[in-house]
Amino acid sequence: MTAVATTPRFKANVHEALTDVRLQGAMTFARNFAGRRAAAAERLPEFEALRDSARAIKDHTLAHLDLYLEAYERKVVESGGHVHFAEDAEAARKIVVGLCKGLGAKSVTKGKSMISEEIGLNAAIEAAGIEAVETDLGEYIIQLRHETPSHIIAPAIHVTARDVEQDFRKAHRELPPERDLSRPEQLLGEARGVLRAKFLAADAGITGANFLIAETGASVIVTNEGNGDLTQILPRAHIVIASIEKIVPTLEDAAQLLRVLARSATGQDASVYTTFSTGPRRAGDPDGPSEYHVVLLDNGRSAMLGGEFEDMLRCIRCGACMNHCPVYQAVGGHAYGWVYPGPMGAVLTPSLIGVAEGGQLPNASTFCGRCEEVCPVRIPLPKMMRHWREREFARGLSPAPQRFGLGAWAFFAARPALYRFATGLAARALHLAGRRKGRFASAPLAGGWTRYRDLAAPQGATFQSRWRAKNGAVK
Amino acid sequence: MSARDSVLAGVRRSLGVTGTEAPRRFEVERRLAEAPAGVVPERGQGDAGQRLATFKAEAERAQASVAEVATRAEVPAEVARFLRDANCPATVRMGADPRLAAMPWSETALEISSGPSDGHDLNAVSFAFAGIAETGTLALVSGADNPTTLNFLPDNHIVVLRRADVVADYEAAIARLRAAYGKGGAPRTLNLVAGPSRSGDIEQTLLLGAHGPRRLHIVISD
Amino acid sequence: MTMNAVEGAGPRPRRVGLFVTCLVDIMRPTVGFAAVKLLEDAGCTVVVPAQTCCGQPAYNSGDRATAARLARQAITAFEDCDHVVVPSGSCGGMLIRHYPELFAGEPEMAAKAERFASKTHELVSFLTDVLGVERVTVRFDGTVAYHDSCSSLRELGVKAQPRRLLASVEGLSLVELDEAETCCGFGGLFAAKYGELSNAIVSRKADDIRKAAAGTVLAGDLGCLLNIAGKLQRAGSAVEARHVAEVLAGMADGPAIGEPQKGAGR
Repeated sequence: MTAVATTPRFKANVHEALTDVRLQGAMTFARNFAGRRAAAAERLPEFEALRDSARAIKDHTLAHLDLYLEAYERKVVESGGHVHFAEDAEAARKIVVGLCKGLGAKSVTKGKSMISEEIGLNAAIEAAGIEAVETDLGEYIIQLRHETPSHIIAPAIHVTARDVEQDFRKAHRELPPERDLSRPEQLLGEARGVLRAKFLAADAGITGANFLIAETGASVIVTNEGNGDLTQILPRAHIVIASIEKIVPTLEDAAQLLRVLARSATGQDASVYTTFSTGPRRAGDPDGPSEYHVVLLDNGRSAMLGGEFEDMLRCIRCGACMNHCPVYQAVGGHAYGWVYPGPMGAVLTPSLIGVAEGGQLPNASTFCGRCEEVCPVRIPLPKMMRHWREREFARGLSPAPQRFGLGAWAFFAARPALYRFATGLAARALHLAGRRKGRFASAPLAGGWTRYRDLAAPQGATFQSRWRAKNGAVK
Repeated sequence: MSARDSVLAGVRRSLGVTGTEAPRRFEVERRLAEAPAGVVPERGQGDAGQRLATFKAEAERAQASVAEVATRAEVPAEVARFLRDANCPATVRMGADPRLAAMPWSETALEISSGPSDGHDLNAVSFAFAGIAETGTLALVSGADNPTTLNFLPDNHIVVLRRADVVADYEAAIARLRAAYGKGGAPRTLNLVAGPSRSGDIEQTLLLGAHGPRRLHIVISD
Repeated sequence: MTMNAVEGAGPRPRRVGLFVTCLVDIMRPTVGFAAVKLLEDAGCTVVVPAQTCCGQPAYNSGDRATAARLARQAITAFEDCDHVVVPSGSCGGMLIRHYPELFAGEPEMAAKAERFASKTHELVSFLTDVLGVERVTVRFDGTVAYHDSCSSLRELGVKAQPRRLLASVEGLSLVELDEAETCCGFGGLFAAKYGELSNAIVSRKADDIRKAAAGTVLAGDLGCLLNIAGKLQRAGSAVEARHVAEVLAGMADGPAIGEPQKGAGR
């Protein structure tokens, strides 16, 4: 029941996104992230050094992941919590649903979790007859719309305030029609009221984790709304669902990563709430959950270790790569067709659902490199997209016209004399055909180009032939 | 094979290790024991006066309000003033922290109740474990003294912070936690709080008071 | 043109191999001659070894073997040059950053690729950073915007250099684009493979350029320029596009990219 990928239809998705006027309007809101991140980075002289430090912490942890997982597990158990390992999405869903059933839960609240999206958790919980309520405002909005997140930290970035008003009017039956919801703060107030009741009624709370700390057995969530905290402290049980690469060794290591996380994500120096939870409620505690469970999901991560995609496991899900990606900004997150959009999604998706399904994504990049430039843990995203292209090429999965065209080009390019002859001929012919206007509005074999823009005509003889005519051949 | 063993075996297969290698185990144990600090920003450093100034400036940047009183005896009056100025009812809920209990609340008109919040309290007062100058962040720990629900459910959260508890950076706060809970130990919940609750989820417009407090007021005293 | 276009270059003559790039070779030789002029005016001896493609299209399509074959060819062709200079950040990025990655299993070839990379430079940064050129003595009347090509900017650190030299051009006033560091959507084969997506990205770039109210847009990469010019022209804009070398060399008097040409060029 993992979300069905529409990634193989990427081009059709792109077309839909680009012709969706409403979406294109909403996507202008995504343009503010880059400036905020730059300002936050600028404000902290140690930011670049912190990125190096963050990268080193992740690399160290991944190289010793088995041992840190064991150490973490020991500490969780020591603090009275339970650790459940899940090899894949189905196993994780079963564990969580089983825990909810065991609690006799009628409703569960949820903090924002991309792992929950990855494994399609809500559908599984609801199939068991239990209400699952997303409490992050963005997640709540898209849950009402029966959509998936279009951004990993701003899930409803594709939605306008007017859409939200309509969604609330449809879903909130007690909302009087005359109530004014024309301003964003009125929408927030409405959601706050409805969700407050859900928080207080929930039997279990499910959150993700930004970090799991081996030293203390704590799970860490980072939010601005406080919804994750209300999710995890009010119900009888707190269930954490996190993938295995979320482990960091110590509190100091978490501090290093926190310093780059918020700045890279929203441009804040610190997110409003960073919460460390260790085990269940203790003797004398007046609040907090009586049960504490952690579900540790593998789902393809262990297979990425030690290989050419290991660097991707450093990702701390800040969203900076998509916030700076020209492709993401043009089409939004849904066009990517699965859970993770943007450059990180373009690398991760083929790893998690297979290159046959997800192979379009690493191809749909100009390699502009801005993602790598801003990645807080310095993941070489373009290089990894190129790795996927290499795998596709090696397996003969790349499209035939592209292979043929490149093959022909390579044939000439490897034969300099023939190349000079052929390019000389082509340049002259195209020059003669196009010199009067200076450009072509259409050209054979260049439809992908000329459908959208003119193609300049060559100036005539090639540089090399002119140079040789003037100076003679070198050597 | 259990799922646990199978996941660990998968990790080890990919890393090309068995998990019994002494140097790796030593490396992990050493890191967990020594917990080396990484890059610590200059921003929060300085003497007590500088740290306090940075804390205040950063907390205000995060849209908290900050007031400073000379002694703890003046805290109730400041809490009453803040609620009055914000047009809030003169009711306050708090935990069993003896430092709060010792304050002269009866000298104000505030109606005091105690214990965790059930979601219907408008105002709460907590006593902070520490304040972190670097980002104007409060550290709050769970327990009967300062129930965690008070940090999130009320509309207005007022936090008392001792001047002496303002530390430079996260690392210094972590050192204090270790001193209080032992190495490898931790409170059930540690909340780091920088400003009042907010959301940018509707058209990326920043709005305060998403699910948690709409206002965060910090009272610094002795 | 006999006037010396550059000032401040050191006295030592150097043998510089011009890696002209396929796009300049075939589409716009003027850029190649502008590069030659700038280099010669700065005291270099310019040679143009027989050359083809740097291999980037193959490399970015996952065909490492072809890329490595073409890399070997280029490295050999420029063996006896003190420096290799490229009027393109994108091809420059391939030669400088990616050639060494192609020969991971062959230490001897990898060392050669490293040596080749270390003597190779993007044109404008070579003039400023290696030759110490501080200003040019040419005139260009108009308001120009400079678009940073992604490879120049992020792979080669070219940002201030062209702006510094452009600031010394008489009559030229430079305006900054709001999103100068955002990709134009060219991306080599990307522009053809994902035409619609590429169009969306370049449309935004064209809007940004129009907003800046410049008469001319300059860049250091012909790929970006063909893309941007093609979009501006399709949209009926009068903004002209040229390679930055044409302006710096005082050779911007011919038709701009995609503009009507009179005879068969030079």
